[in-house]
Amino acid sequence: MKKQSLPELQKICSQLRRDVLRMVHAVQSGHPGAPLGCAEYFVALYFDQLHHNPDFQMNGKGEDLFFLSNGHLSAGWYSVLARSGYFPVEELKTFRKLNSRLQGHPATHEHLPGIRIASGSLGQGLSVALGVAQTKKLEKDSSVVHVLMGDGELQEGQVWEAAMYAAHYGMDNVIATVDYNGQQIDGPTEKIMDLKNLKAKWEAFGWEVIETKEGNDLASVIAGLEKAKSLTGKGKPILNLLYTEMGYGVDFMVGTHKWHGSPPNDEQLALALGQLEETLGDY
Amino acid sequence: MSLDLKYTYTEKKDTRSGFGDGFLEAGRRNPKVVGLCADLIGSLKMGDFQKEFPDRFFQTGIAEANMIGLAAGMALGGKIPFAGTFANFATGRVYDQIRQSVAYSDKNVKICASHAGLTLGEDGATHQILEDLGMMKMLPHMTVINPCDYNQTKAATLAIAEFEGPVYLRFGRPSWPVFTPADQKFEIGKAWKMIDGRDVTIFATGHLVWEAVVAEAILREEGIRAEVINIHTIKPLDTEAILESVKKTGCAVSAEEHQLNGGLGDSIAQTLIRHNPAPLEYVGVNDSFGESGTPTQLLEKYGLNAENIVKAAKRAMARK
Repeated sequence: MKKQSLPELQKICSQLRRDVLRMVHAVQSGHPGAPLGCAEYFVALYFDQLHHNPDFQMNGKGEDLFFLSNGHLSAGWYSVLARSGYFPVEELKTFRKLNSRLQGHPATHEHLPGIRIASGSLGQGLSVALGVAQTKKLEKDSSVVHVLMGDGELQEGQVWEAAMYAAHYGMDNVIATVDYNGQQIDGPTEKIMDLKNLKAKWEAFGWEVIETKEGNDLASVIAGLEKAKSLTGKGKPILNLLYTEMGYGVDFMVGTHKWHGSPPNDEQLALALGQLEETLGDY
Repeated sequence: MSLDLKYTYTEKKDTRSGFGDGFLEAGRRNPKVVGLCADLIGSLKMGDFQKEFPDRFFQTGIAEANMIGLAAGMALGGKIPFAGTFANFATGRVYDQIRQSVAYSDKNVKICASHAGLTLGEDGATHQILEDLGMMKMLPHMTVINPCDYNQTKAATLAIAEFEGPVYLRFGRPSWPVFTPADQKFEIGKAWKMIDGRDVTIFATGHLVWEAVVAEAILREEGIRAEVINIHTIKPLDTEAILESVKKTGCAVSAEEHQLNGGLGDSIAQTLIRHNPAPLEYVGVNDSFGESGTPTQLLEKYGLNAENIVKAAKRAMARK
């Protein structure tokens, strides 16, 4: 895929946010907050960083792969997949509806291109990503495996089982990004179950940790992912702490857990869309 | 008194060794076969594979949830992963991981579960899972297999390597009669009528197939001709074979090293009640945990041996 300029990529971010809001609004269910906060990450990954093939192949041989461990960000992922050519943009309107390939949380048995495993029950994606990464190592396939986890998700024990495995086996073809927005469904992570010093935790587990402090600044996100890529192949797994704001892009949604799992009503949708330019055409 | 057994044995071996030897052979036949184990390589008999194919084997440490996720990832990358641990940790501990990452996602993962049931013995109830078949058979997409001896376990292991889809393979620890042929062909989902009968059918799975063979000989001495059917595949269940046999015998016994709730007997009952209601008696563990003891002592105390199958057969016949 030909690389696009920063302003062009920014336009995609705006459209992705519109897609997310319209999707969750249409069915009055879903999770808008986190995908709004991860728009820059999704766009940087799919439109700039990944060497990937929208002619989908399950085994992903020779391609960079992405796994969404925090499956409730599905609206954002579906939007970026559709916008990068995995399936028709029109199909976004079936999100969370009966007989749709766009299940509430990502799933495979409807065969939606781009999805390789179900996620939603938290804490499982890193293990899966490591399994594919291990396969790539066996086959001398030098492509990279990305996985996104929520910060609240790190409260799941399985994540740390996987973290230990990754360092032990030198899984240096894995880039795990943590959506570090400090929010979870019941409130701020600090209050619910304090994650304390995540950088030190991952380092203590044997990971190379980078921090992307401006997770809603596209240039910073791309620079962070490029730095992460430059650290692959050096014997250690890479953790990208991506500081984002939940609900970013809409002034009344930003920085609070209130929009983690609540859709906007008609009035709120209109207000929100007024702040987000329609750049690629709504679905 | 020596019984006139229709099947005999010259040696006893553990079914887990059948798995280990089958796994090694599967690895030799197909380079896509890989192995994972959560710190129980010796117990699962996976060491020979690890020695021969060190690059294709992954020790995961005591972290079963991660192991299941890894296996799912390897499967989607094109490998055929065999993930091994004790049946307790291979099911109850990781049910959600199996449900989401393996069954719902339809990944070609082979969950290999040893030390299942009471015959694990002295370790006691913490390790003696008796609910695993039920949990696994409830999962859509999952194939559930519980072979009866060393040879059948080896044959099953080779068969699942060639089968595309998630599989739960259950086997055990005790030294057990090897009474089925080494060269058997294992057909997933196809029940095996081991002994022809006319008065009652004994549907047995796992270690209790041997007890069923012994029970048949005891019953025959009393003039009762029991049919013995080896249900090595719990799911998909060979309902055709079940219905055909019960049509002839008119009553049945199920025998399994598992809870009655959710076990093989439940599946058979469901089949019979729908198509041919007939008396069915159960041999299994009745809503209780196990305890420490030798395998033989435990099978006796919890009513899972040949003697209990004989009694159940008579009860079933009396209800005809």
